[in-house]
Amino acid sequence: MQRIGVFVCWCGSNIAGTVDVKKVAETLGHEPGVVFSTDYQYMCSQSGQDLVKDSIRTYNLTGVVICSCSPRMHENTFRKAAASVGLNPYMVEIANIREQVSWIHKDMETATEKAIILGRAAIAKVHLNAPLIAGETPVTKRALVIGGGIAGIQTALDIAEAGFEVDIVEKSPTIGGKMAQIDKTFPTLDCAACILTPKMVEASQQENINIYAFSEVDEVKGFVGNFTVKIRRKARYVKEELCTGCGLCTEKCPQKKVPDEFNLGLSNRRAIYIPFAQAVPKVATIDPNYCTMLKTGKCGVCSKVCGVKAIDYTQKDEIVERKYGAIVVATGFEPIKVDKFEEFAYAQSPDVVTSLEYERLMNAAGPTGGTLLRPSDKTHPHTIVFVQCVGSRCDEKSEKGKPYCSKVCCMYTAKHAMLTREKYPDTEVYVFYIDVRTPGKNFDEFYRRAVEHYGVHYVKGMVGKVTPENGKLKVQASDLLDNRQLHIDADMVVLAAAIEPDKSARPLATMLTASMDTNDFFTEAHPKLRPVESPTAGVFLSGMCQGPKDIPETVSQASACAAKVIGLLVKDKLVGNPCVAHSDEMMCNGCSQCQNVCPYGAITYTEKEFRMPDRTTAVRRVAQVNPAVCQGCGACTVTCPSGAMDLFGFSNNQIMAEVDAICK
Amino acid sequence: MQVKNENWKPLIVAFCCNWCSYAGADLAGTNRLNYPADVKIIRVPCSCRVNPMFILRAFQRGADGVIVCGCHPGDCHYTSGNYYARRRMTLLFSMLDYLGIEKGRTRVEWVSAAEGQKFAETMNSFVETITSLGENKRLEDLRCKTE
Amino acid sequence: MQDRMIARAKELLADGTVDRVMGWKKGEFLYDATPAVFYSAEELDAGFVMNAFTAANVSKYLIKETKKEGKILAFLKPCDSFSFRQLMNEHRVDRDKVYIVGIPSWGKADMEKIRQKGITGITSIEEREGDFVVNTILRETHVIKKYDVYLEKCKNCKSKEIVVYDELLDGENGAAVTNSRFDEVAKLEAMTPDERFAFWQNELSRCIRCNACRNVCPACTCEKCVFDNPKSGLENKAAATSFEENMFHIIRAFHVAGRCTDCGECSRVCPQHIPLHLLNRKFIKDMNELYGDFQAGEAEQQRHPVTSYRTDDAEPGVIYTRGGTGK
Repeated sequence: MQRIGVFVCWCGSNIAGTVDVKKVAETLGHEPGVVFSTDYQYMCSQSGQDLVKDSIRTYNLTGVVICSCSPRMHENTFRKAAASVGLNPYMVEIANIREQVSWIHKDMETATEKAIILGRAAIAKVHLNAPLIAGETPVTKRALVIGGGIAGIQTALDIAEAGFEVDIVEKSPTIGGKMAQIDKTFPTLDCAACILTPKMVEASQQENINIYAFSEVDEVKGFVGNFTVKIRRKARYVKEELCTGCGLCTEKCPQKKVPDEFNLGLSNRRAIYIPFAQAVPKVATIDPNYCTMLKTGKCGVCSKVCGVKAIDYTQKDEIVERKYGAIVVATGFEPIKVDKFEEFAYAQSPDVVTSLEYERLMNAAGPTGGTLLRPSDKTHPHTIVFVQCVGSRCDEKSEKGKPYCSKVCCMYTAKHAMLTREKYPDTEVYVFYIDVRTPGKNFDEFYRRAVEHYGVHYVKGMVGKVTPENGKLKVQASDLLDNRQLHIDADMVVLAAAIEPDKSARPLATMLTASMDTNDFFTEAHPKLRPVESPTAGVFLSGMCQGPKDIPETVSQASACAAKVIGLLVKDKLVGNPCVAHSDEMMCNGCSQCQNVCPYGAITYTEKEFRMPDRTTAVRRVAQVNPAVCQGCGACTVTCPSGAMDLFGFSNNQIMAEVDAICK
Repeated sequence: MQVKNENWKPLIVAFCCNWCSYAGADLAGTNRLNYPADVKIIRVPCSCRVNPMFILRAFQRGADGVIVCGCHPGDCHYTSGNYYARRRMTLLFSMLDYLGIEKGRTRVEWVSAAEGQKFAETMNSFVETITSLGENKRLEDLRCKTE
Repeated sequence: MQDRMIARAKELLADGTVDRVMGWKKGEFLYDATPAVFYSAEELDAGFVMNAFTAANVSKYLIKETKKEGKILAFLKPCDSFSFRQLMNEHRVDRDKVYIVGIPSWGKADMEKIRQKGITGITSIEEREGDFVVNTILRETHVIKKYDVYLEKCKNCKSKEIVVYDELLDGENGAAVTNSRFDEVAKLEAMTPDERFAFWQNELSRCIRCNACRNVCPACTCEKCVFDNPKSGLENKAAATSFEENMFHIIRAFHVAGRCTDCGECSRVCPQHIPLHLLNRKFIKDMNELYGDFQAGEAEQQRHPVTSYRTDDAEPGVIYTRGGTGK
């Protein structure tokens, strides 16, 4: 039986003006288990707190009920007071008789009666309270950034500059991501490479940053502050530590017909390659799907020409296991496949390209050396039609497209149109749009410049059909504002393909137990207040993996994300919230329903051996809650049919005791 | 056995989530927005913590109405708790209706921390509904009233 | 079919694929066959039975059986296979320890209904297209329309498909069948609340809390049931007043919501003939209507409608604005 003390606060006249505090203290004093009951003018004042402390000592109280203002105001105050005299802070309960009683009821009798009932409910709960101790876990002071695009690079740089170690895991042979493929950036039109490549170099030279390029995350275990991650370093067949990136092998390799991913297949590379001149790390990689030596055992040219003996045809994938305190997801995006949209004839004509392909065609380091030539016959295009929202803002049920706005297409299409008109004033440029969305600093001015100064034809309406015919692309479209059909003989059609999260995101989310929305974007811990954190503690979000955004937004989010990571890594220990879920292993069915509803991935299952009543042993699958990860929402407790899952601080029995006390 | 009389006043249990609705109730108090004393609030971390068992228990012990309040969909402190609560409560209410319990004895309302006004209005209207429905006789367990 | 099953079971025992067989065992009467485990060819010959009365769902027994050493052969009817698949979803059975032979089921007979036709002392029951042919100790032969004496669960059969198996006794699988299993629920929904209350009071007040429904239910597999657990605050065995039973059945239906495959065992075993399946079917109907069609146990499912959500789900208030007004 608990020894409970009841303390009724007057809150000056705030409570005492409407509630007969003496009567409340007197009545509650007769409740079972209550050994001391009193009232005081200001319980939260120093002398009020002293009264509580002294009484705890004098009467050996094991539980305390404060009838006062909302627990949201002073629960912590009284918990601290109790803790200072050795009573577990979670043995304190508050009955809210100010916000819920004295401030809203005018009649003294009614208010007093209700105050007594709320007091009783709190007493009933305290009877079932148990001391709770917040768990502490140490923090590994190193962060993992998954994805080496501009988001990942920026986050890594910021964390590293704060003095913490960071590993970047990038699946392709070089960091840089999509931004490296872009020609110019809106709205300033400065060249992407000029602003990105220095950051890439900085990342490679920052001594706190360690880059695992051409690597993937294989397994994630652990929880906030204590992740253990297995990283697969894929075989490059080139010793990274020896290769100087001289590029001789990539010139001598006899296998010349490999589609170059960096140029989106618009040009060819060799079987041994360096993706682009500014690659970081600048190391050659052999593509095993095309290398004659790896496929047939006959060739070995690269090995012969390599002056530093870096080629190793026998190299195998290597698994590295590292510990981290925080994980940043920066897996980015890719444009959707547009061949599903048959009306645009992307698969039929090489002159129908995506915007990212157009970027490469405009780029000085691209397949055409920066001269705009149409892919089919390498001639200069005179009429170009841009189609916006290809796969964006589709019907929710559409199987081809996405329901969301991809956000960046309006601006980059304006950029493409403007740059095309600037370099080739003899080119007619049409842009078909549903809406033009340009919220952003200097964005609308930029778009208007395209229309007003560069004479880009913006047409509200969608393109209905593109038909390749006699070397031209016959474009059928509707002009909604003029309400007429348009027929344009175009030389090129550029599709602003919707963006979607990178394919690697979904399996990664499963590994991290981080939640995603139906479009496979990672969800935030809170859409407004915690936008750079995943609901899974210790997992942070940077860049497009969380939703469509442009470069400045990505960089700001990346830095915000770094700030959150630094805030975590700077701590030596994490103190948990003790009001977390816990599972009674003897009652757990191992059915996984709790795991399915847990938004934090706090529940795992283990096979455990139990001694059964009949003296046999049985191995059972049981749930285990990681208190460092659980946030205490209680979703699992209601899902659990056997009642094995319960919540400290808000247990089934405690809440039912409150119900009973109120309904008495 | 206690016999209820004309002086009957409804007994209403309100489960409020700690982050939105409980704060909304606090705001109603701070703004001195009146609602009947028949409403007694139980604080839970999230509307998803409300087990149908608690609601049945309240009715069994003589509550006349039970209301569950949580953050607005999309605003849950725990991101998805109220979505689960919404499904569970929908199914539970449907079952109670199916068993012939008067419609309206149970309610779910989303009240944010800024909606003190809505909290008070919700409680006033709920008390009104329950008053017009009268005593809960169909779900009460008379043994619980014998003290 | 019985002979073919016994023959196949013997083969699988002999070649070491399994070391025991889950099936149905002859009872004192023809109609009281019960689930049982057979360890040898001799035991199979002596007691294994498959007839129009072997309705019991054996899937639940496999929870305990798959915790034991060795592999067991289980003959699963379509509805049993749904339950088994659902138990797999919940990690309650070890699939690797069961060799499943799927057997067709064309509907099982309800002895109560046969008795009501004045037929007793049955010595044999044969299935024929559309009919059961029954012989009695009085050397009478009765031909009864199958549909008239089907168990409720067979009358409203949802599927003839066996959803999990290693082999099919007949070599071919059935498919989902059109059914009108929600008609009775709809009929209740159309009543006034007072009528519904009266209906359920009449039904549930007969409950004697024998727990047969719970014990037979393949979804009620808790290590310790909340109703048996003194710590749960719900423990209560004796029937004193009506509410306790209401609460038991509401909570039981809620606990299995989303996991209930609608196998109909609860109603089959209820000694008081309470149509308990109408509670579970109500949940299934609601979930289908509100959250999209869902059949528990149909496939590998991680989540069911109660452990998932859509951001645009209907608000609970929808319950009070749709149907069920008696009009």
